[in-house]
Amino acid sequence: MSRIVVHGLEKSYGDARVLERVNVVAEAGEFLSLVGASGCGKSTFLRILLGQEQASGGVVVVGDSPIVPQPTPERGIVFQRYSVFPHLTALQNVILVEDFRSGGPFGRVFGVKRKRAREEAEAMLERVGLSHARDLYPASLSGGMQQRLAIAQTLLGRPRVLLLDEPFGALDPGIRVEMHELLTEIWTEHGMTVVMVTHDIGEAFKLGTRVLVFDKVRHDPQFPSAYGATITYDLKLDRKTRASSQDVAKVASMVGTARLDTAVATTASQGRP
Amino acid sequence: MFLGALPFLVVAVAYLVTSGERLAANPNDKLLPSAVHMWSAFLDLATVPDRRSGDLILWVDTYASLIRLFIGVGAATFIALTLGIAIGFIPRVRALLLPFVTVVCVIPPLALLPILFIALGLGETAKITLIATGVAPVMVRDIANRVIDLPPELVAKAQTLGGNSWTMVLRFVLPQVMPRLLTCVRLALGPAWLFLIAAEAIASTEGLGYRIFLVRRYLSMDVILPYVAWITLLAVMTDWLLVRLSHAVSPWAHPVEGK
Repeated sequence: MSRIVVHGLEKSYGDARVLERVNVVAEAGEFLSLVGASGCGKSTFLRILLGQEQASGGVVVVGDSPIVPQPTPERGIVFQRYSVFPHLTALQNVILVEDFRSGGPFGRVFGVKRKRAREEAEAMLERVGLSHARDLYPASLSGGMQQRLAIAQTLLGRPRVLLLDEPFGALDPGIRVEMHELLTEIWTEHGMTVVMVTHDIGEAFKLGTRVLVFDKVRHDPQFPSAYGATITYDLKLDRKTRASSQDVAKVASMVGTARLDTAVATTASQGRP
Repeated sequence: MFLGALPFLVVAVAYLVTSGERLAANPNDKLLPSAVHMWSAFLDLATVPDRRSGDLILWVDTYASLIRLFIGVGAATFIALTLGIAIGFIPRVRALLLPFVTVVCVIPPLALLPILFIALGLGETAKITLIATGVAPVMVRDIANRVIDLPPELVAKAQTLGGNSWTMVLRFVLPQVMPRLLTCVRLALGPAWLFLIAAEAIASTEGLGYRIFLVRRYLSMDVILPYVAWITLLAVMTDWLLVRLSHAVSPWAHPVEGK
């Protein structure tokens, strides 16, 4: 629901440059898939969008104004791990959103507000298929359930931009497909702008409306960290027609993945309607 | 269960055998009194009022010692919680206080005892302060480390859900460090007893440590040994209560096996 404008973004750690000259404009409601070799800076890019890390240069605008340098409720996040609070049950994890938002100095809502927050939370758990597990602690939930809980929690925050950092990276293939469906439904329903980092090319093509490849264009053999990565390929996808397998193969070769076959297979086997 | 009880049995039997041998050689032996003898001495202290003061000595001693211990450890716990979370969660406070706490940690607390006695007098304040200063620095460090180790992902997540520093401490940091805090208290009780008995041995008029060091002059092993056992029992019970408390307060940190 918010457009994202990134202009001339740079990020260095000391001498080592991670990102340079990153320019991208994402319209409201787009679904950006970020792919690239390991350590190319795509996760750093996401953390800058989140506000967890500060850019060394350049501008990031979300909505109408440059982002504040710390995470705020307008940008929701789901990480690969550590995304839910282990000391709260599934239901409490989801109610916590309302507690933080309007709980005042106690960080907790009371009375009628609590009742409403509870109903809303239960509806959300129902939505992601976790009603039966609402009184369990995350430690006794499976990986897929934890990620569903994390998504439910983030969605209740009603973010205008949803950031996903390899959200399904640690899940089994079967569960992953389920999660893809859930995410697609939710995105269609809420229409927020999504930025997802992934290692899985197939996933990137399946979910995204646009695939961005991060890579280094300049190399200094004497000093490999002299130059950072930037967006080397920007492919707009039409969700209706799907990507051709040439495109998938091309991106896969840019990322240097060894899983080209699986990538093409995942994309091809998506049962076109 | 049985295996765990074995060492206790071995020690008890070894004591009874050697004590029996010594008493057979010399019925007036004071070093290893018989179990019956110790029990009657203990019962005397617990039920017969002292001739001079009219107090039931065991209970007066226990009450005095436990009050000192709990106030001391309680103060240390409070300090550890507030300072530990502040150091762990707020980078500026960490930069200011962490080096100081790290250095204070390595000062041997017993070396401070004379200073405390001089500065605070020989009363309760000095003893309680000794216990608190003895155990607090290590607890502060431990809690601070635990807070620093909280995954940054969760902090970011809490921020995206609209938490500010205060509500995050209240709803996220505090419950997360609670089990660690209780473990800290359990570990701190060991040194706390040490400082308590040391302080009581030096300057006191009642207390478990005071009594042991008092009757040492008369070689009254029949009082010392039951007192040591009594202290052990108190310590074990406190520990058990803290474990129960941890289960009650943070059930998530103690997953039930086979669930």
